[in-house]
Amino acid sequence: MAYGPHTSEDRASMLAAIGVASVDDLFADIPPSLRASGLELPEPESEVDLSDRLRTLSDRNRVDLVSFLGAGAYRHFVPAVVDQLLLRGEFYTAYTPYQPEISQGTLQTIYEYQSLLAELTGLDVVSASHYDGATATAEAALMACRATRRQRILISRGVHPHYRQTVCTYFGGASLEADEIPLVAEGPAAGTTDLAALERMLADGDRPVAGVVVANPSFLGLLEPMAEIGRVAHAAGALFVSVVEPVSLAVLASPGEYGADIAAGEGQSLGIPLSFGGPYLGILACRDALVRQIPGRLIGMTTDVDGRRAFVMTLRAREQDIRREKASSNICTNQALCALAAAVYLASIGPHGLRDVAALGAARAAQLERALTEAGAPRLHSGPYLNEFAVRVPNAAEVHRRLLDRGVLAGLPLARLEPADPTLADALLVCATEVTKPAEIALFGRALGDEIERGRQLSLESPGVGWPAGSSGRQAGEVAP
Amino acid sequence: MTAAGDRLGPTLFERSRPGRGGGKIPHPPKEALARIPADRLRAKGPRLPEISEPELARHYVHLSGLNYSVDTGFYPLGSCTMKYNPKIDEWAARLPGFASLHPLAPDELAQGTLQLLWELEQALAEIGGMKAVTLQPAAGAQGELTGILMVRAYHHSRGDVERTEVLVPDSAHGTNPATASMAGFSTVTIPSAPDGGVDIAAFTAALGPHTAAVMITNPSTLGLFESRLCELLEAVHAVGALAYMDGANLNAIMGRFKPGEAGFDVMHFNVHKTFGTPHGGGGPGAGPVGVGEKLMPFLPSPRVLRESDGKFRMERTGERPQSIGRMRAFAGNSGVLVRAYAYIRAHGADGLREVSDDAVLAANYLKTRLAGILDVPFERHCMHEFVASAATLKSETGIRTLDVAKRLIDYGFHPPTIYFPLTVEEALLIEPTETETLETLDAFVEALRRIVAEAHDDPELLHSAPHETPVRRLDETMAARQPNLKWRAMTGSQTPCPD
Repeated sequence: MAYGPHTSEDRASMLAAIGVASVDDLFADIPPSLRASGLELPEPESEVDLSDRLRTLSDRNRVDLVSFLGAGAYRHFVPAVVDQLLLRGEFYTAYTPYQPEISQGTLQTIYEYQSLLAELTGLDVVSASHYDGATATAEAALMACRATRRQRILISRGVHPHYRQTVCTYFGGASLEADEIPLVAEGPAAGTTDLAALERMLADGDRPVAGVVVANPSFLGLLEPMAEIGRVAHAAGALFVSVVEPVSLAVLASPGEYGADIAAGEGQSLGIPLSFGGPYLGILACRDALVRQIPGRLIGMTTDVDGRRAFVMTLRAREQDIRREKASSNICTNQALCALAAAVYLASIGPHGLRDVAALGAARAAQLERALTEAGAPRLHSGPYLNEFAVRVPNAAEVHRRLLDRGVLAGLPLARLEPADPTLADALLVCATEVTKPAEIALFGRALGDEIERGRQLSLESPGVGWPAGSSGRQAGEVAP
Repeated sequence: MTAAGDRLGPTLFERSRPGRGGGKIPHPPKEALARIPADRLRAKGPRLPEISEPELARHYVHLSGLNYSVDTGFYPLGSCTMKYNPKIDEWAARLPGFASLHPLAPDELAQGTLQLLWELEQALAEIGGMKAVTLQPAAGAQGELTGILMVRAYHHSRGDVERTEVLVPDSAHGTNPATASMAGFSTVTIPSAPDGGVDIAAFTAALGPHTAAVMITNPSTLGLFESRLCELLEAVHAVGALAYMDGANLNAIMGRFKPGEAGFDVMHFNVHKTFGTPHGGGGPGAGPVGVGEKLMPFLPSPRVLRESDGKFRMERTGERPQSIGRMRAFAGNSGVLVRAYAYIRAHGADGLREVSDDAVLAANYLKTRLAGILDVPFERHCMHEFVASAATLKSETGIRTLDVAKRLIDYGFHPPTIYFPLTVEEALLIEPTETETLETLDAFVEALRRIVAEAHDDPELLHSAPHETPVRRLDETMAARQPNLKWRAMTGSQTPCPD
């Protein structure tokens, strides 16, 4: 066996000690009718062959394109020190710190993580982590329902569609209601949460609202009027749940500043690799008053019998292994190692570094906006953004596909995640971060300009044929002269 | 030295000095944020610590030394399967093609990961005897929720909306009843039979038209195979309910028992237990879920699909209308799943069967050797773990399981899971796993033998254990009564002990 230590002599002496003739005897409790028919898997591989296989699979992914794709997961520079420290076996091969005397390393790192995120969010209590931004948002919405004893939340359509879908899944189970707040259709506030609609929805006295969930920046990259939304939510007795992106909190107003009661968000941008969707870091934070409603582990500072400072899991009466069916959530395993990555990342770049990451991303994004506007792809909305925004591109999906051949991953065709929203049919969501280079922006601008021009020529030459919506653009490309 | 003692170090915040650190990120142009309205900006920058890289490295290396881990030593934490985590799996997950792949990358850029995920689904389906597998759930508990939400969707799809109960044995993990609640069901707790197995009569009495599902951990949390499973599954299906298997203890039965073949309708896998992915100090793990035919339409979306031309793709939004929907953002904990895939490929079928055989052999060996030292309430052969009890020791000496556990730390071992399952008094749930040498197992037995002797001769030594750790027993009451959940030094309020 690959990692087992037992020699045949070891096995023989264990069997003799137990007093059975073979290992088969130890499985006698499995009724004969239930014994497995067999197990068919590929042959075991030596480490030489296995490493070849893994490298080959890894190489089959294309990560060499110039990328402007964000939409909830972001490319950032990760200082080398982060992963070097994460590779300490003492951290990554430990489990939940049930025995605090021999887990002070994990406990202190999580306490420090809680402290760092409390500072970023401006809130008091931060859970030791959740699975990702989507599940943290769902847990935040459930928290609001428990805390207010109301059954309905309102969630802005500006929240990431995956998060909205996850909330919907979680709420379906709990028989709670989640209604979507529309976005403003046009004008200077286009694309942001519709405040007037929100007020109307909150006014329904028969269906009181537990919480209002809004993301800042929104999925479309826009800055939302968080302070106003918070006031409106609170006036209706609802809690205000803010969905945050932690790097942006270096420069944008924090949930604590604009009066949010709960913050949820995706912590991936804090030193965690993209890894095709996970493992990431669900951030969940709240005000002191909600501490007994927050799900997940909490680490507290205390003292030991000798009066020394020490850290321990605390307020455990909220948790599933104590409260069982009355627990605040079923969460058990969390993302502690990702929380450690976030803490090392924040401590390694420091307050000025984090601000520089956010501000440099904003500067590159402004350059990107200029380049794309020049290429014929203006912004879809006019409100302020930080480092991500939507642009209008005719036949966005097809242009996006053609740009892949030119080595550019041109963000996200919004219709892929929002197929039912006609206002997003011909739009790309693009982002820039501190790792986006000016030359990459120039390449994207040129390539996009070429494609838009090509499409314009095609539709001029054969109206109704070039770029037909819904058909494969490769065919359209092939009929071009 | 800090007042925290010479073995604990200062916090990040105590190490911070204005002006330290920096140099990682290029400076942005001054006007970078000028286009953003001032009222949207943060009034005051976050007060994060400022630390030089050498200090930072020492901070974390020092903290790592305060941890006990699988790489440190024997970690027989029952029900958690703390086996060795292969290093090649860490290497693999960090390959740039895996680690740098964006979760919304078009399918054509993601063929390597999609192939890996698809092959892993096939392997898990084979191991579990299931028809299909979703890799989306982020952890075992989320796998449970996924499974029970599918059960609910299945019943509702048949117009069967009166099923409001999930039956759970009293020995189950707390996640089972908590999951049932999250999925909108009430939990009916069924007491175990005196031999530790499911009580068929109690189950049969509780089963009825209101039963949506039963959740069975098999082998049970007592480390016992449910030998009356045939009867139980028959009774469950006879009333139209479905059977969920908590796969937390799959490490005992690979190649010997396939839940799907036996009649379970749905199960989850804990890849951080069975398939050697690291526990990470509490996570991340992953909790794939396998289903039989009945539940396939309800699997969460998106799934990974293989096209007839051999290419792989992610399912599109809304492609499978009966799906319960999304359990989380993106595809799943792919970085963890790469490790699980590598583990399964390293072992193959014979290797996985040998994993289970050796895990069961080691547990039975320990159980046999400990039988004269502590109580061993269930005499029959165990699976990969077993329950011991300090009940007799407590009545003779006043020494409790907690004291035994704390004293084990002084002997250099991580204690077993204690006071679980709840059904056994003064329980210690011991799971050695297949990756520990005979010498280690013998040393553990010897430590417990000496501890039991100490309990009789010098009980105070145990009451005050552990003695050799960076901190000793903690004041958990104060931690809960006056919660201190974040560092307050920077706001000027109670700082326990700066330099």
